[in-house]
Amino acid sequence: MNVLSLIVFLPLAAALVLVGLPRLGDTAARWTWVAVAAVDLALVVAVWLRYQTPEPGRLAFEERAEWIPGVNSSYHLGVDGLSLPLIAMTAVIFLACAIYALRETDRPRTQAALFLFLQSVSMGLFVSADLILFFLFFDLSIVGMYFVIAGWGHGDAARSALKFFLYTFLGSLALLVGFIGLYIAADPHTFDMIELTQQTPLAGSGLAGGLVLAAILVGLAVKTPTVPFHTWLPPAHTDAPAIGSAVLAGVLLKMGTYGFVRIAMPMLPEAWRTWAWAIVVVGIVSVVYGALVALAQTDFKRMVAYTSVNHMGYIALAVGAAGILAEDTAQARGVAVTGAVTQMVSHGLITGALFLLAGVLQDRAGTYDMGSYGGLAAPAPRFAALFAVGAFASLGLPGLSGFIAEFQIFTGSIAAAPVTAVALVGILITAALFLRALQRIFTGETRGRSAGFGDLRAAEVWSVGPLLALSLLIGVLPRPLLDVIEPAAEVAVELVGR
Amino acid sequence: MAMRPALLLPEIVLFLGGLVVLVSGSFLPRTRQWVTRVVAAAALVGTALLALLDLPGPAQPAMEGTFTVDTATGVARIVAALGTLIVLVLASDEIAGSPRESETYALFLFSATGTLVLAGADDLLVVVVGFLLASIPLYGLIGIGRTPRGAEAAMKTYLLGALFGILLLVGVTLLYGVSATTSYADLTGRLADAPAGAVAAGVVAVLGGLMFKAGGVPAHFWVPDAAQGAGGAVAAFLTTVPKIGAVVAAYRLVAMLPDTLAWPLLVAVLAVASMTLGNLAAYWQSDPRRLLGWSTVSQIGYLLVPVAVAGRSDLALPSLLLYLAGYTVTNLAAFAVTTAFPDRRDLDSYRGMGRARPWLGASLVVALLGLVGTPPTVVFVGKLTTTAAAWDGGHAWLAVVVFVNTLVSLFYYLRWIAPVYGRGEPPARTMPGPFQPERWSAAAAMTTAAISVVLGVGAGALWAAFST
Repeated sequence: MNVLSLIVFLPLAAALVLVGLPRLGDTAARWTWVAVAAVDLALVVAVWLRYQTPEPGRLAFEERAEWIPGVNSSYHLGVDGLSLPLIAMTAVIFLACAIYALRETDRPRTQAALFLFLQSVSMGLFVSADLILFFLFFDLSIVGMYFVIAGWGHGDAARSALKFFLYTFLGSLALLVGFIGLYIAADPHTFDMIELTQQTPLAGSGLAGGLVLAAILVGLAVKTPTVPFHTWLPPAHTDAPAIGSAVLAGVLLKMGTYGFVRIAMPMLPEAWRTWAWAIVVVGIVSVVYGALVALAQTDFKRMVAYTSVNHMGYIALAVGAAGILAEDTAQARGVAVTGAVTQMVSHGLITGALFLLAGVLQDRAGTYDMGSYGGLAAPAPRFAALFAVGAFASLGLPGLSGFIAEFQIFTGSIAAAPVTAVALVGILITAALFLRALQRIFTGETRGRSAGFGDLRAAEVWSVGPLLALSLLIGVLPRPLLDVIEPAAEVAVELVGR
Repeated sequence: MAMRPALLLPEIVLFLGGLVVLVSGSFLPRTRQWVTRVVAAAALVGTALLALLDLPGPAQPAMEGTFTVDTATGVARIVAALGTLIVLVLASDEIAGSPRESETYALFLFSATGTLVLAGADDLLVVVVGFLLASIPLYGLIGIGRTPRGAEAAMKTYLLGALFGILLLVGVTLLYGVSATTSYADLTGRLADAPAGAVAAGVVAVLGGLMFKAGGVPAHFWVPDAAQGAGGAVAAFLTTVPKIGAVVAAYRLVAMLPDTLAWPLLVAVLAVASMTLGNLAAYWQSDPRRLLGWSTVSQIGYLLVPVAVAGRSDLALPSLLLYLAGYTVTNLAAFAVTTAFPDRRDLDSYRGMGRARPWLGASLVVALLGLVGTPPTVVFVGKLTTTAAAWDGGHAWLAVVVFVNTLVSLFYYLRWIAPVYGRGEPPARTMPGPFQPERWSAAAAMTTAAISVVLGVGAGALWAAFST
């Protein structure tokens, strides 16, 4: 068995074992989850250490087996500079969730099995090199997250879960329509991503290409989510459990943006270039609108949810700008795409940490309402310190990963399309809203729910801390990560320029 | 052309099995009726095995060209026989020791035989024979429980069946009148020269008859009533097995028609009407079996999609067969959950079932999400290839309609899943007590759900077998 298959199916196998052993104690189940997530991360690290940039049009650690040969769909896996950072980020976040959940009392065995299932699905999606395989994991991630929200959420969880399911399932079906369009247009018919990237099947057929791209873009935009497809996100986040939110924002949202660079851009370059302006506009609107709405929130978790719309907007902006061809901008566009992929990793780490910290608020005081707190820094200094790091990372302070990502996105995008500078205002607003949140929750007299607030426990420090440490590491020492991403980003820009 | 009765051995075995069950049942004491169940199961297994032996071979005409043994027939035989076998397992909980045990089994076998005849028919008169043989036992089966709802459903089914049976005969008569033949081999050429109006009327009438058997619009009214009113095993049977024959027969009919009229469009309209009406009507159902009844109406719509592109895409026939096999196993899994809790006739009474019976809950989720078309179940692969076939055959809009309908259907399937994993106890008025599933049904539900996933993952092998 190839190492990628092992990475994908190890968590699933562990999940089945957990489900099949109902007598297993709760403590054993929690630690099994941590152990399996740790092993999976170790495997990913091993892959990273042995990784060498594949030639253009190839993937590293490739494996392929027949699946449905009648429609030319195969079990095809592989990684490159676009997917490797994302599977590493996914493994880190799931391990953090496993550690955070060590104190879980509500059906920990079932929860562990469900999250291990989600981990398999997320890993599988990022290493898929076949559209049907990609879709399979895409859909199963929705099913898994539905049960996370409905089963462990709070508030109006059932309703939020249903809304989440219906919305993202609609997106997935649009995506499938697009995939079938690609399949029918390809000659010979195939669902293989590598072959489709080489063929660019709808080149030269303007209307059909545009429609297929529209279907794929809608599907990915719902999952990402960009304005105007974001309305499922705030309720889903508000009512999801902390680790559910961390996975949803950290990993699942990336499935949409990853699809942009992996599927939409290289397989439909002509249509992508034609509609690049529209994507840039959607990106700008998402950035500004997401930031403004986040500014208006009083609920901390909703605020972070809306900043996700803002941060995903940067990615849409960058990949859109990558499709706007002009003289001598190839390098700039490469920088933009590198920034977009870095942003996916960075946002996963930072938002994962912030949602886990939000879970601490809910756990101790039962509310996310920022007005209910005040002067929290005195009773909970560790919480305040990690929270501040998370907030600064999210607003893009230099020295943290968010800065590296957003700096590249804007450098590349503004060079390719100066109008994208409009979106800079988004950074300003996020800075304001995070500083305001810090001020409202942590400074001043200790009052309201802050009184008697217990500081972070070991499990919480050890789940949130490493995420922020990685963000810091990327911020200070971005080279190892960028060395992996840059060649793949250049290939992507080259492909879209065909 | 020769008779070659040996080619019809699976049908013969099934029919003789039914006769043996019927006769021996009347001699056996009430406590020994299980013997007839074993006989029936043996006949079904024998049928499937014989069909399997014929499957790899080339298409062969039998009964002087009125019946074809090809891949489609072979797959229909296997799927229908194994589907009926699963129904027998469900029936063990419900019917064992009941006053009409062996009669029920015999009627299952006769109706299944009719289905097989429909599936292989290459002649309009054989279609009529298959239609009657599949339908008449069904009327008895629906009413056999002797409940008021069952009687009403049987009456409704009988009247509609009689009406559409006559319509079918009118259609056959018209087509015979303009072409002087009922054999598909000759019809293609002769219908091309026949008056278009008469041909259109005849074909629409024949298709109408088949729609009754399939439970598709416009002849679908009996399906939800029968699914709700009949016994659980009968409901599972009538929403699954007869459709197999009817849909394959519709495929053969459309594939044989000359393209002088827009048949594909007509079938596509029927498909859209079935899936849309079925989905919309299923929305507010609170009885799980009635909900599944409407869901099967919508599923027939999806099954008609490859029929609409019959002969226009290489994907059409294999994807039809794949969808049929997937639909059969998945729909039976959903029904098996309802027969595992025969007294819970309200969606809300399933509240908490997922926690009390995790494996059964998981089976229900697999079945319902499978009916939606979620990977990796086999229905997903069927839906994927079906819509690809529609697109390939020049009906890209039909593919989009299928996906829109899929989304619509998601809502009512989730209405059942939500209480299963919801919190709290079921309200006392609907169903008291713990979740104590019937043994055989629970086993059948888990097995069929597992098969649905295994077939989905192994769809490549199925596809290879179906596209020869």
